[in-house]
Amino acid sequence: MSYIPSDTLAERAARGELQAVGRLISRAEAGVPEVRPTLAAIYRRTGAAHVIGITGVAGSGKSTLVAGLALRLRQAGDKVGIVAIDPSSPYSGGSILGDRIRMSELAADPGIFIRSMATRGALGGMARATLEAVDILDLAGFDAIIIETVGVGQDEVEIARASHTTIVVSAPGLGDGIQAIKAGTLEIADIHVVSKCDRSDADRTLMDLKQMLMLGHAAAASTDWQVPVIGVSAYSGEGIDALVTAITRHRAVALRSAAGQTRRLAIADFRLRKTAENLLAERFAAVAAEGAPPLARRLADRDADPYTLARELVANLLAWESKHE
Amino acid sequence: MTETGPIRMLLAKVGLDGHDRGVKVVARALRDAGMDVIYSGLHRTPEEVVTAAVQEDVDVLGVSLLSGTQLTVFPRIFALLGQYGAGDMIVVAGGVMPDEDVAAIKAMGVRAVLLQDTPPETIVTTLRRLVAERGAR
Ligand code: B12
Ligand SMILES: Nc1nc2c(ncn2[C@@H]2O[C@H](COP(=O)(O)OP(=O)(O)O)[C@@H](O)[C@H]2O)c(=O)[nH]1
Ligand SMILES: [Mg+2]
Repeated sequence: MSYIPSDTLAERAARGELQAVGRLISRAEAGVPEVRPTLAAIYRRTGAAHVIGITGVAGSGKSTLVAGLALRLRQAGDKVGIVAIDPSSPYSGGSILGDRIRMSELAADPGIFIRSMATRGALGGMARATLEAVDILDLAGFDAIIIETVGVGQDEVEIARASHTTIVVSAPGLGDGIQAIKAGTLEIADIHVVSKCDRSDADRTLMDLKQMLMLGHAAAASTDWQVPVIGVSAYSGEGIDALVTAITRHRAVALRSAAGQTRRLAIADFRLRKTAENLLAERFAAVAAEGAPPLARRLADRDADPYTLARELVANLLAWESKHE
Repeated sequence: MTETGPIRMLLAKVGLDGHDRGVKVVARALRDAGMDVIYSGLHRTPEEVVTAAVQEDVDVLGVSLLSGTQLTVFPRIFALLGQYGAGDMIVVAGGVMPDEDVAAIKAMGVRAVLLQDTPPETIVTTLRRLVAERGAR
């Protein structure tokens, strides 16, 4: 089989060819140099999709909720893209990507595109190529794109800088559910969901959460948007309609209000920083691979200090591109 | 595999076959060998499996069959892959089946058939070799 140029794949993806969408995401994930100009061109063509982020600790019911939500959005006529992230094993670098198995009722609908991604060492709840995958799905005409974060840490606040609407999921019976919210995800939610509301202990979680939000809101009351707390059972379907209504309302507010504009700018700013970060990390690896740096020798010999040499190293990283590309 | 990242693999169970011990053993072995593994879960249709394989753009689609249905499952899978324009996907099989069926599905395009008692290391090296032979895509 011959190698199909990424630009050709992008045209096919824009026509909705699923194989091309999948292949482009693989190339973005692998960081193939040939795909980069294509990704740059794709970005300019995006911006139509509504990006919905879903976070919450592992086991809180994110994947199951995504399945229920996607099904409902689909019934309303949207094409739905899903990027679901799971952790890579720190030992082998491999992974078992388990989100998709919870979404098996969506399996054969070409209007729903599910892509699983491993973190491969990336921090913050997303993988390095998650945002590129979102772009590619946007290009392919998916109206709503849902990102499911890893859900291991309590520091997954980056999702709020990657999505237009951020949903934080808390589950009853996990004990640490509310804990995670205390530790920093409280502020990032546009919508709070308490999952597994078919369980008898869900009322308690709902009450705790509402109480905590009232305390927070006394300090930072927003006039544009009141963060709702919605009880959902992905099993019975209870609350899914309310959730879809809240998402639709939030989208309208986010598009029109001044706060929404600020949010869009913050998303762009985050994207820029992330891209720069990745660029530097790559250069770092490439420069390191070229052999033991003379800078380190000068540092070891006390010829110079780490601060001066670090500046020199950064200058080298920037110069590296013109030498090699 | 530093250039292109870990090998991506979809492990699938098709039809009424409820034997999932083997596929779970294989999933862990592949993860421990540094691969990204997606498991379909039990009772999937060929349509669901191929749609997933195309969306995930896996290097290898592996089907585990202990139900004797290989001669109907694989023709369907290859037809669907063709419809998606995904003819370059490597398809392998595992499980339990008679020798003449192994020959038959290989003739259809299954690249490797690794049956009961295959050591996990053999599965890992076979998949790595097949992906390396395929080259960049
Ligand atoms: C354990 C077992 C069961 C368990 C399954 C438990 C479970 N959750 O898995 C139970 C008791 C439930 C069961 C039920 C049945 N079973 Co049963 N079962 C077996 C048995 C004894 C062992 C299978 C096993 O787990 N092996 C251990 C694992 C590790 O090996 P493995 O699956 O082969 O996997 C290895 C390789 O094949 C390979 N591999 C597997 N998948 C993949 C995928 C890829 C991509 C790759 C590369 C490699 C690979 O890697 C693994 C490691 O080497 C086999 C006999 C046998 N010799 O295989 C019969 C056997 C498979 N069962 C059989 C039958 C008939 C049934 C029943 C229909 C019995 C009945 N009449 O009720 C039911 C059907 C249930 C169903 N819904 O499918 C027949 C199948 C005959 C056929 N294919 O024509 C067998 C062969 C027994 C026989 N000789 O008749 N069974
Ligand atoms: N009772 C109940 N359990 C649920 C519900 N949704 C998910 N679960 C269970 O919660 C566990 C974790 O679900 P999953 O969606 O994988 O959570 P994730 O790790 O956050 O993606 C699974 O065992 C699910 O079956 C629900 O609505 N009600
Ligand atoms: Mg999940």
